[in-house]
Parts: sequence; structure tokens; C-alpha cells
Amino acid sequence: MSHDDAPLAAQTRHVEALLESRGLLDGAELDRALEAFLAKASPANGARVAARAWVDEGFRSRLLEDANAAVEELGLSMGGGIQPQRLKVVANSETEHNVIVCTLCSCYPIALLGPSPTWYKSEAYRSRVVRDPRSVLADFGTTLPDDVRITVWDASSETRYMVLPRQPADAAEDELAAMVTRNGLIGTAVL
Amino acid sequence: MNFKPGDRVRADRRDPSHHSRVPRYVRGAVGTVVEQIGTHPLPYDPARREPVYTVRFDAEELFGTGTHRVTVDVWHSHLEQT
Repeated sequence: MSHDDAPLAAQTRHVEALLESRGLLDGAELDRALEAFLAKASPANGARVAARAWVDEGFRSRLLEDANAAVEELGLSMGGGIQPQRLKVVANSETEHNVIVCTLCSCYPIALLGPSPTWYKSEAYRSRVVRDPRSVLADFGTTLPDDVRITVWDASSETRYMVLPRQPADAAEDELAAMVTRNGLIGTAVL
Repeated sequence: MNFKPGDRVRADRRDPSHHSRVPRYVRGAVGTVVEQIGTHPLPYDPARREPVYTVRFDAEELFGTGTHRVTVDVWHSHLEQT
């Protein structure tokens, strides 16, 4: 079934049509709002956040403590959607690795990572990564030493998670940002 | 009373007909509260707000095997102190 044929999509179109017919919503305005939100939503945002955290220890502490406030220092915001979302950034280290999932649906930090990849929404990823993250990481070509402990963060409520990968190299901030991949920020890859 | 970080809690075992956002794989399992992450409307009763907690479970507790951990965000009424 394609996304457009899904019962939820039909339901959404129906509600949208009702709101428009009663003059409560302007379809063109809705399209503009969605386009503006998605235009600003890109993995380049998450990459900037990670690079800044690597070169600025103070920013890193603030990011891990209160990510919503910290990303605003870079002109970014989790408030672009219908309601502001809490953002939690979890940091990888020599001994800890983090990976994110939404087992119930497809919650994802869109403002920082853009629209999610199709596999992120697949039943296979969502059901397997909580049960056996090492084999899922292996499918992505990622093998971690046995003594690295993995934590899987299931976004089952109102928080959106992002992984802060380990710093890949000694380089300037903009060079570091260019080394960041989307999968690195999801936790299915290391950089 | 609200739970504190470090509290051991059991996730709701019930299988409600509505949408509780308690994933099936943690039902009845015991985990540790990491932190309270604000107060949010219940998914099936948006007029009621409750504290939500990040709860960390060992894979062994959830699946009987594995050395990793899984954290899940759960509304207060779906947790009980052990």
C-alpha cells in the first residue's frame, strides 16, 4: 500500500476537506506552512548541532542537558510543527552507543533530520532494533566492539531523540559538519 | 506521588482497547526511571495531563536475552512502583 492510499491519509484528506468547506482552513495556507517547515528541516541541521558540540565543550554540556534551548543558539527550533516537541540528544562514547526508533509509529526529529528514511518506518526496523540492535547495526555495516553497551531509545511519547555520534576526526567545525551522516544521527552508523 | 530517577517500576500489564502508547514488548516488565520528562495529555484522554517518564529496561528483562537496554517513555498511570 502506498502512503497516499493508507486509511489514515484518506481520513486526513477528509478532515482537511471538511475544515476547508467550513472556512476554518485555507488549503493554500496549509501547503505553505508545510513547505516552510519541510524546507527548513534537513539533516544538515543535525550535522551542525553535532559539529558544534564537538568543538565547543560548553555547548555540548548545554545540548545534553537541555537540547531545545541549546539548538536555539544555532537558530534552530523544535517548534516548527503543530506543537513544540521536547528534544533529547544522547551521546555516544567509547563505551556507550545509542540508536533511536519509534516502535509505535514513526516519531523522528524532523526539524533536525528532515523527513525520515523509509526503512525507519518499516516494521522490520521497528520490531528488530529493540530486540537485537547488534544484528540491525550489522545490516547497516556497523560493527561495534563487544564491550560497547547499546541503548535503544523508543520515542513512545512526546520526546524526539537524536544521537550525538563520536567525533570522527580532528578538523574545523564546518569540515566536521560535512562528515556527519543521517544514519550517524539515528545511530545506525558510526562516523 | 511522582516517581524519581532510580525508582524501579513495572509497566502496565493490561491490554487496553484504546491507544495507551505503552509498547506491547514492555508490558509487565520492570525497569528503572531515568527521569521525568514533563507532563503531557494522555493519548486516549487529552483533557488529562500526567507526568511522563523515560524508563530504562534491560534486554534480558524484556526478551530473556541480550545485553543492551531499551528506554521507553511512559505515562504515570501505566507504571507502578515495585
